Amino acid sequence: MRLNVHFRSIKCHKVGSKQARSLLKLCGGPDKGGDYMFEFDNAADRDQCRDFVAMVLGQHQGTIPPIPNIPHESVASTGLEQLTAAEVEQRMKLLRENSELQKLHMKFVLGKILQESEFWATRKEANNASKQRPAFKSAMLDLEPSVDGQTNKVTYRITTEKIHQIFVEKPAVHRAFLDSVPEKMSEAHFWSKYCEAETLLRTQNTALAAAHAAVDELLAVFLKSDDILAKEAKFKIKQVDPTLDMEPDAGDYYSRLLDHRILRDGSIQTVDTNSEFVMRTLSQDLNQHAAVVLEGRSHDVKLTDTKTLAEELARLKKEPSSCYNTDDANHERLVNVAHVTCMEDLQAPRNLVYAPLCIKNPREYLESQQANALRSLGGSNDGKKACNCSLSTDDAFFHLIDQVSSIKANRLNCNVVDSNVALKVFNELNKGISYSRSHNLKNPHENILGQLPGQTRDELMDHWASIQELLRHFWLSYPITSAALGDKVERLKDAMAQIYQKLQDMKESAAPDVRHEMSQLVKPMMQAMDAAFSHDLEQQQKCSKGKGTSPAGLETRRVAWPVQSSI
Amino acid sequence: MTSAHSKLYSDDVSLVVVVVDTNPFFWATAALPFADFFANLVHFVNSILLLNHLNRVVVIASGVSSCAYIFDSSDASPAGGVGVAATFDKASRRVEEFIAQDARATAANSSAASANAAALLSGALSLAMCYIQRIFRSGTRHPQPRILCLQGSPDGPEQYVAVMNSIFSAQRSMVPIDSCIVGTQDSAFLQQASYITGGVYLKPQELNGLFQYLAAVFATDLHSRTFLRLPKTLGVDFRASCFCHKKTIDMGYVCSVCLSIFCKNQKKCSTCG
Repeated sequence: MRLNVHFRSIKCHKVGSKQARSLLKLCGGPDKGGDYMFEFDNAADRDQCRDFVAMVLGQHQGTIPPIPNIPHESVASTGLEQLTAAEVEQRMKLLRENSELQKLHMKFVLGKILQESEFWATRKEANNASKQRPAFKSAMLDLEPSVDGQTNKVTYRITTEKIHQIFVEKPAVHRAFLDSVPEKMSEAHFWSKYCEAETLLRTQNTALAAAHAAVDELLAVFLKSDDILAKEAKFKIKQVDPTLDMEPDAGDYYSRLLDHRILRDGSIQTVDTNSEFVMRTLSQDLNQHAAVVLEGRSHDVKLTDTKTLAEELARLKKEPSSCYNTDDANHERLVNVAHVTCMEDLQAPRNLVYAPLCIKNPREYLESQQANALRSLGGSNDGKKACNCSLSTDDAFFHLIDQVSSIKANRLNCNVVDSNVALKVFNELNKGISYSRSHNLKNPHENILGQLPGQTRDELMDHWASIQELLRHFWLSYPITSAALGDKVERLKDAMAQIYQKLQDMKESAAPDVRHEMSQLVKPMMQAMDAAFSHDLEQQQKCSKGKGTSPAGLETRRVAWPVQSSI
Repeated sequence: MTSAHSKLYSDDVSLVVVVVDTNPFFWATAALPFADFFANLVHFVNSILLLNHLNRVVVIASGVSSCAYIFDSSDASPAGGVGVAATFDKASRRVEEFIAQDARATAANSSAASANAAALLSGALSLAMCYIQRIFRSGTRHPQPRILCLQGSPDGPEQYVAVMNSIFSAQRSMVPIDSCIVGTQDSAFLQQASYITGGVYLKPQELNGLFQYLAAVFATDLHSRTFLRLPKTLGVDFRASCFCHKKTIDMGYVCSVCLSIFCKNQKKCSTCG
């Protein structure tokens, strides 16, 4: 029986999860004949089919051009690129998200100027899925029991991820796991005990907790405070430089008296804090969790089996061997501390020898400063120096005293300013103020691009992006070692020549008032292309001169990116 | 620049410290006679005192070798016709005494007496700042201080460091320094002072109407300046100029001790050696 379905009628394809049957579903949409579900014998076949479908769908949807049939000038080395479905999808995604990229792609790859592989070669970094390791979640671990009121059952859901986190945050639990599973009890049993302990702690009923702990050894481990953590905290504190102020950090180790005794669920701890069966407070939990998250996962632990996970973690923990303080290390630390803490009032006074600054020739120094200041005053200086006073000191002073006496004699003139003069003054002030205002108010956002009409601006930006891309490929192709590269260079040159012509036309057809700005904007682009053309010309001349010698041998690669214009 | 608002009791009460240039060498050859200048000044001081009964004015004279307080409005006797005349007489006498004292000091100190002598701007600014500091410490209720410099003499290069220090301390205390140039030469010191402290710099073209300039531009209190449009310089050119040729440069050599700038590599710094 045959089934004929056109790829055109298929919109998307989905795969079933691996555990289920190997399924491939082709969705066509409601009006195109519905969905088709295919079941394969094994996953490998299904995957092959899936890749093929993805490719074809991609072609049909126009984002990936058909893989070019290698024309006659091809070289065997650039074969069909083997794309995995993942890469294809990634490329499609990139193109979908970035419209600029899509435009470039359309222009060059579909216009047969660049090949698909070359286009994406320079963008490999974007294609690579970030090989980052996801770290622990920042949210604190909460087992979130679901309580069934009717049957009074409390259900805990524990995933492998949560187990991993529990092991890292609570080393005592980890140790207990390593000891008991699978020798003493099954994993399920272990975790049910753990959940029991959690429930008990939440109730804050110390007596009940103590009773349970007395009966069941494992529960005791869970209910008591984590001794491994306590030891680690003690060790950490010993390592700290004693000159530091430890007061704010003393909470974790010293006692729970210093924090607010707020528990995870927001309630205040009411029970006796000295008992062993008390839940750790929020601040302690928070600190521990934060420390664990910040340390990060040191390796890629596969969360397959809890037992292997526990063993892995145990193994890794042993590696940073806890070098407990030897005497030597201690002594060294104390010596360092003594260096660092020096009490200033016990030191001898240090009188540094210094040379006072003196200006040898103040007049010269001042004149250089003056040149600056006076220039900005608009050169109102006339260049004239103050007319040298030919009077002697005494004469000058006598003259001044005369003036003052005349003031005393004449008293004050009521009419201090003539009205005409006053009017002139006002006019002058007005002019000055409005001039400086208009000068300062020039719109800072107005730049060359803003003055151009919208369409021209878009065109220019378009050209600029294309030129960047073309030039990048151009310069990367040198030295030309193969015919394919030479070909590519030719194609790029043609494309650039076209854009060059277009820019010329734009420049010439620009409106007269923006012509200057246009030519300024266009100049760097043309310069870059000129550089490329001239380089190519040189290469060709060299090639024709040195017949037989490969052009690649003598050239140093010129990698010059076009200078960014001040857009 | 606004003053410290927490110390205000009314936002338009001002304390104006007027620094008057009494360099005889300058006034001997000035276009505007000293008598007229003084008359304009007195009218201006009266106008300020009339604007608000709590306004205060202090006049400091800067001579060639010394500076002194000439007039303090808080010393004046209570208002009245007799009081005004008496105050004026007192002020004029004080000016005369100061000039005589300055003459004596200059005669004793022969190095200062030269035709191109500068007024002691640094001393006057320091006196002004001291007075203002005393006002600041007088309590929470005090006027907003500002300094007005009426300068005609050229800048004295030996005072450069001292003047810059006064300017920075004025900036720190948020005291604007206004400048009115009554001479022919612009003053670089005062231009920088006004720029740094947020004051007004003005070089009037029409010296006969000096009172009009003073009343229109410099009588405004600091609060009103936020919504009045006063003459502004077009901008200060902060590019450095080299010390050897006085040309503006973008890249040069700097002495690591005194930070003077040169356009060519020099073995020995001409400023500090």
